[in-house]
Amino acid sequence: MPPPSPDLDAAQVMSLEAYADTILPGAKRAPHDHAIAGACATPGAVAAGALDLLRWEATGFAGVLDTLADGINHHALAYAQDRELELGEALPPFVALSFSDRTALVQALTTPGHPEHEMWVGLALFCYMAYDSAAHLSTAEALAAGHPGLTAMGFAGPEPDGLWRFPRYSYQRELARPHPFTSSTGSPA
Amino acid sequence: MTSIESTDIVVVGSGFGGAIAAYYLAAGGARVVVLERGPWLSSDDFDHDFLLGSSYTRAFDFTIGDGMSVLGGNCVGGGSVVYFAAMPRAPRFVFERQGSLGRRMWPAGIARDTLDPWYDRVAEALSVTRQSWDEVPYAGGLFAAACHRAGRTANPVPTAIDYERCTNCNWMIAGCRFDAKQSLLLNYLPGALAHGARIRALHEVQRLSRNDDGGYRVHYRLVDGEDYRVYGDSGAIDAKLVVLAAGAGATPVILKRSEPGLGAMPHAVGRYFSGNGERLNHAIVDEERARELLGLPRDVAAYRAYQIGKGPSVASWDRLDGNLPEFTRYSLEQLYFPPGLGTVLAQVPDATGPAWFGLEKKEMLRSWQSWLTVFIMSEDDNEGVFGPPPAAGNADRISQQMLGRGTLSYQPSPNTLRGWALADADVRDILERDGLARVAPWTNDLVGAYTVHPLASCRIGDDPATSALDDRHELRNHPGIFVTDGSAVPGALTVNPASTIAALAERAIPGIARAAQERGVPVKLGAPPPVAQTSAARPVPQPA
Repeated sequence: MPPPSPDLDAAQVMSLEAYADTILPGAKRAPHDHAIAGACATPGAVAAGALDLLRWEATGFAGVLDTLADGINHHALAYAQDRELELGEALPPFVALSFSDRTALVQALTTPGHPEHEMWVGLALFCYMAYDSAAHLSTAEALAAGHPGLTAMGFAGPEPDGLWRFPRYSYQRELARPHPFTSSTGSPA
Repeated sequence: MTSIESTDIVVVGSGFGGAIAAYYLAAGGARVVVLERGPWLSSDDFDHDFLLGSSYTRAFDFTIGDGMSVLGGNCVGGGSVVYFAAMPRAPRFVFERQGSLGRRMWPAGIARDTLDPWYDRVAEALSVTRQSWDEVPYAGGLFAAACHRAGRTANPVPTAIDYERCTNCNWMIAGCRFDAKQSLLLNYLPGALAHGARIRALHEVQRLSRNDDGGYRVHYRLVDGEDYRVYGDSGAIDAKLVVLAAGAGATPVILKRSEPGLGAMPHAVGRYFSGNGERLNHAIVDEERARELLGLPRDVAAYRAYQIGKGPSVASWDRLDGNLPEFTRYSLEQLYFPPGLGTVLAQVPDATGPAWFGLEKKEMLRSWQSWLTVFIMSEDDNEGVFGPPPAAGNADRISQQMLGRGTLSYQPSPNTLRGWALADADVRDILERDGLARVAPWTNDLVGAYTVHPLASCRIGDDPATSALDDRHELRNHPGIFVTDGSAVPGALTVNPASTIAALAERAIPGIARAAQERGVPVKLGAPPPVAQTSAARPVPQPA
């Protein structure tokens, strides 16, 4: 049983948001939004609820978010030092990186063979799930509320009873020749 | 001292291998207890919802390994509850495969012809039918048309789906809300219950030990119904005979953990794992080109229908040719994979930056409804090996449900990689022709390769050095323990394996029954396959 979600300070929250924004980038929430790099004009993983999902104990990541936030900043410092980048002290190191540097660092951390590969891939997986499936929300309610990921993907909504049905589903035409050695049961011979 | 419950036969797992054994042995008069580590869900529990904690995460497991991740069922009914109900029989050449052994890997007594009568029984119980083109969803139609245009054949795949009930909702991975998909909850398992079998959900078997009377003690722990990381009490049941069918990702783990009580396991337990040679490619269809090249207009676009359908519907079997060299044969099957796991691994074709995340990937997600997934099932090299068992179960669970870290290691051999490369190129040739689509394979850089059809980790065979089971599915040197799940299949099948796993389980039943009789269990054979509960057999609910 993992530990409960620790209290995260503002710098840790910003750092995790910056990680999520690197995975699926989005538009800044305000002009001085530092966590979101603003690489994209439409909402991304942060707006989709990445932090809400990660903070949920069900994911198994809630109890280690402080460690992950501190870890990404540790890697960002080393990354900046290697490249003689000036990050200043106003922002957490990962947040202070440009979007392209954040991207390069995440790429390095998630490359097979990196000793922390599994941890950073796992974090990315839940950032994704906040956007592409809104796993912290009921899907029908998320769609009704205009969830940014499901909406951008064009995920069609349910019928009024909350269940999905597609009465029109087929071209209803024979569109290829079957394999000549198909058996009488419809299987490969 | 606490008294230990006893029964005639304990069946571990309730997927194809477990349910079929439970049905026939209970029908024959044996006292049967089925232990299933997952929850017992029925159609009302099958949610249309990606919310963590819905049936989408309750009913199946995603176990990350070193180089291979495994998706499998985790509920009463096992893989049949979450599968896509594609039920082709394995092609004839599969049974002649040698893999890298240099000799036939299947037992001499099994070939397609000898297995066909058992396939027939499965087809009867699950109402497997040939799919008509009228039933093929848009995605399968598009793939078929692209195959045809590229000079290939394409077949609607046989399925275990009641089309009168199917709504083409594509939520079948979360369990079928409409009882259209013929899971084991609709045939073998109710049949077993009717004959007195008892099914115990949330009972995770950890190990076996041997009793002085030659029987076995099955040790389990209770699992919390919501948070699978939480264990409850331990318990045990004594049985005269055990049928292990916990799935290819779990059966060898239970056996390896049992070595202190049972003695050494055959060498092949936990080795020769096959991922069925599986791999996925994603295509992004150009709607205009689809209209021009294939002449497939819908009302809104030529296609834009990725979300609509029922899993896989059409496959191209041109490479299932026994005259081709081994490791170059594969099928290509159109498939739907839902968001959550089905998007993160997809790569941007010809990406200039990172291919699985970032700006270009987000742009690719905008065209999600124009995606087409092609599933490769090829001949891998049985490279998988399990490490020492974890503390409990078959994985260290990370999330409350679904996600865990297992001990499987899989480094694809040059044979496997060559087959994947050939198949990838074939998919591109079919779908990128004249700009119809852009195609890229899923990345293996995040969770390794992946399979939804784990096989062969405790396989049948004639050679004791390379098979854990004899051709009657009995564990070598451990009489009275039988294995009937996907782990018994010797190697990759080049098609969806459910039908073959089930047919092998059917074939194993007479031998298991004889072994039970020899152990004093009064079990008789002769029960017909269970009655399939299809629309034709069930009253149609009337509107209120």
